[in-house]
Amino acid sequence: MNRLMVWLPLGVFAILVGFFFKGLTLDPTEQPSALIGQPVPAFELPDLNTGQLLSRDMLPKEPFLLNVWASWCITCQVEHPYLTKLSEQMPVVGLNYKDTETAAKNWLQKLGDPYALQIFDPTGRLGLDLGVAGAPETFLVDANGVIQLRIQGEVNDRVFAQKIQPMLETIQ
Amino acid sequence: MMRKLLGACVLGLSLSVQAAIETYQFDSPEQEARFRQLGYELRCPKCQNQAIGDSDAEISGDLRAEVYRMLKEGATDAEIKDFMVARYGRYVLYNPPLDQQTLVLWFGPAGLLVLGGILVVLRIRQSKKALEEGESQA
Repeated sequence: MNRLMVWLPLGVFAILVGFFFKGLTLDPTEQPSALIGQPVPAFELPDLNTGQLLSRDMLPKEPFLLNVWASWCITCQVEHPYLTKLSEQMPVVGLNYKDTETAAKNWLQKLGDPYALQIFDPTGRLGLDLGVAGAPETFLVDANGVIQLRIQGEVNDRVFAQKIQPMLETIQ
Repeated sequence: MMRKLLGACVLGLSLSVQAAIETYQFDSPEQEARFRQLGYELRCPKCQNQAIGDSDAEISGDLRAEVYRMLKEGATDAEIKDFMVARYGRYVLYNPPLDQQTLVLWFGPAGLLVLGGILVVLRIRQSKKALEEGESQA
């Protein structure tokens, strides 16, 4: 009994090391979305470019990316070329979040518009229903309109290979 | 003349400062108290460790406005919290409810304390016994 007790502190220490080691690779800014496995929330918002009223039923009927962006968001500019490239592979729907019409339009004119649809959400109402904490955020939505993945921050090669690609393979 | 101009400048300055601060009108002091309490209990989803009540993040402002809107519409505290959890997950709750997922969180510390107490008692008994045995041998 006493012999075993001697090893107890080392055991406790080993458990703590295990937790701390795991903590090294965790990103505290990344939170699981409450909407994974749930349909995209209902909305009725205009398309930024055409002014046509968009609703949830008008979203693509195949897996697509829902990209939350704004002209005031620097990282959105960084990921824009990559999203443009991705848009050749799958539809990318834009959610213009808490922006002004002019600024958003200028931004698209300057950097190019790869978006299949552009939901204009100046008040951030749909953003709030989606649990968006800031821009950019990107959701992978399947063919049935169910949210499968949430990416906070930039979408790039690494994120695509590690997160989007595997999820695409499981839902297809 | 100069003094008047200066006065106008100061007045203008104070006006613009006031405009930057959110002002909410409440129906009752009780409603205001609930707003403050929810501001303490809901966590800003963008920040690492701040309540929406004292965070300057854009999203916290939006969530405060949402809490205010729902309070005005007569929602209960539970309804407001459920609304936030449905969108931002349980991360937003600084005061997590007791259920299976939070069992360790709620009782872990007390459990460890009890475990420690048991170990200490065992240890004391053991050394007492050893001491008594030593005395009887002597």
